[in-house]
Amino acid sequence: MESAGEGWTPKILAFLCNWCSYAGADLAGISRMQYPPNIRVVRVPCSGRVNPYFVIKALQHGWDGVLVSGCHPGDCHYISGNLVARRRFAVLKDLLEYFGIEPGRLNFSWVSAAEGEKFAIVVKDVVEKVKSLGPAERLVKR
Amino acid sequence: MDDVRVGVFICHCGTNIGGFLDVLRLVDYTQSLPNVACAKDNKYTCSDAGLTEIKNAIAEKKLDRVVVASCTPRTHEPLFRSTCKEAGLNPYLFQFVNIRDQCSWVHMQEREKATEKAKALIKMGVARAALLEPLEETEVEVTPCAMVIGGGITGMTCALSLAKRDFEVKLVEKEERLGGTLNSLYRLYPTQDEASKLIQAKAEDLQKNPKVEVLTSSEVKEVKGFVGNYDVTVKHGENDRLLKAGVIIVATGAEALKPTSMYSYNGENIISQMELEQRLEKGKLNANKVVMIQCVGSRNEERAYCSKVCCLTALKNAMLIKEADSNAQVFVLYRDIVAQGTQYEDYYGKARETGITFIKYSPERKPVVEKGSVRVYDELLNEELTIPYDLVVLSTPMISHHDSAILAQKLKVPVDKNGFFLEAHVKLRPVDFATDGIYVCGCAHWPADISESISQAYAAASRASIPLSVGHVKTEPLTPVVNEDECTGCSLCELTCSFQAIRVEETEKGRKAKVIAASCKGCGACGAGCPHKAITMQHFTDEQLLAQIISLGEVKP
Repeated sequence: MESAGEGWTPKILAFLCNWCSYAGADLAGISRMQYPPNIRVVRVPCSGRVNPYFVIKALQHGWDGVLVSGCHPGDCHYISGNLVARRRFAVLKDLLEYFGIEPGRLNFSWVSAAEGEKFAIVVKDVVEKVKSLGPAERLVKR
Repeated sequence: MDDVRVGVFICHCGTNIGGFLDVLRLVDYTQSLPNVACAKDNKYTCSDAGLTEIKNAIAEKKLDRVVVASCTPRTHEPLFRSTCKEAGLNPYLFQFVNIRDQCSWVHMQEREKATEKAKALIKMGVARAALLEPLEETEVEVTPCAMVIGGGITGMTCALSLAKRDFEVKLVEKEERLGGTLNSLYRLYPTQDEASKLIQAKAEDLQKNPKVEVLTSSEVKEVKGFVGNYDVTVKHGENDRLLKAGVIIVATGAEALKPTSMYSYNGENIISQMELEQRLEKGKLNANKVVMIQCVGSRNEERAYCSKVCCLTALKNAMLIKEADSNAQVFVLYRDIVAQGTQYEDYYGKARETGITFIKYSPERKPVVEKGSVRVYDELLNEELTIPYDLVVLSTPMISHHDSAILAQKLKVPVDKNGFFLEAHVKLRPVDFATDGIYVCGCAHWPADISESISQAYAAASRASIPLSVGHVKTEPLTPVVNEDECTGCSLCELTCSFQAIRVEETEKGRKAKVIAASCKGCGACGAGCPHKAITMQHFTDEQLLAQIISLGEVKP
């Protein structure tokens, strides 16, 4: 397990929906917007596909923070998958806090296909936030 | 899973990836990953040479999974999938790893960290690839009818092209009559033809064509379905009509910005270029000292873009004024004259010869419209001029339709930050949307002049005719599968689904969830919420996604 020594940077797992946020992340690339390289993307059809269990698994397996990003309310390719996701992650966040996991480790955002700049900003914010929290060790199986 | 053989192809994309990541180190690293039977780099994996290499490797190395690490699946997954298919490998055994749009291009100054990130992404991709399963696409028939939204010159041209190919077309126009923006224009550059004649000719062709149904005063209210089978509700007055269409073309055009509260605009002696068109048409100009100001409300902070057509429109109207009265004084205050293209350079030359005065101003020292005269700092003379006028004409940009965002939402297609419809790929798919079966052309996409709009209309008609003439489309088998032994019939999935595509029914084994594949869109929300893990979302299974999540291992951030 890495410690929060000098040079430590967080590892962030991002679940991006195929239609909006993944496309927004691509647009950030096409526009050559620079953001920290701490993020690893998993492409999912919809933020609604993300099982809260995945977030717990991620925190158990060495990720320091998780970002789930979907389409804006009303813009979901699947009508309301993003709202389903929002409800699930609101509950999960409360639950994680109860376990002693800082709420800042689980992040939820809406990024559309046209919001490359917003995606870059979200990544920067999440990386900064998780950086200040230090490594996530509470759920890691040793 | 132990005997899975994964082939990984890592693309340099010229220097787009190779210039920012250490691709050879990625290849070395990838060779050490479990299940990897071969790892190679290509200058361009999507080139013929790259694709041939994939096909050969599938045969020679007996690959049963293929991973390509390159640009983005949004543009290139279909290509690599079909390459796999040609080599006899089920296309769903292909995995994309995005190391360009989401890695090399966004960490251009951090070669070391970006390379480490790409290693992790490849590791995640290989882990998922090993668990992929072959799936079969299903074929769905295409309704042989196109819906064109917008009855301007673009929409009319597109509708006619499709009708001439013998497809049924529904042309939906919001206004009472066809013609769109051209109804407000007088003459057209560079031929000086009358706009009304062009519109009239097209409209007559349309009315005569039995394949086209024109629906005026009609608006799209709701869109459901997918490529080949769209159900569009069109509102006409109080009545709704449900129309079926295989493809949809967006040709809704744009509108001219009204220069309210700019340069003392008053609609009387300080007017917009659009209003000038009307006056010229009616022959009621009553002015022989005319000052035109370009780039009003464009190329500024609020609207950074150049609307492209305003320079030539100003040239045209200035020439028309000079033509009617050679003693008229016409000044064009410009920042840059944009007149590239066949004939347009000559057109600009001709305008200069007629005696129109061109004065260059800079955005730092904008012209000031005062009572009776315009003050402007001439950037070429380096001095301030005072020009008397009896008419000031403001050239404003075309802006996206005020309701384009609403239509975009109904169609589930994106718009850019200026509200214009955003195509799937700027170079490779300029008239397609990322959503299959929906296309865009003309000013709905970006300010375009008539010849460009017509070219795009032909392009969109041609693209749209592909699914229409093939007659069927493949639908992705990304649907859930219910394990009836685990399902308790709790109905949570039914409540989650927005498409009524999963329903709990009485069966011999009791109440069980049933998937209605034809209605399913493949979001996977039902599976993510199933408390009994009874639902497997094909191609995005828990196991496949978890493999990516837990693959973090020893790779450093």
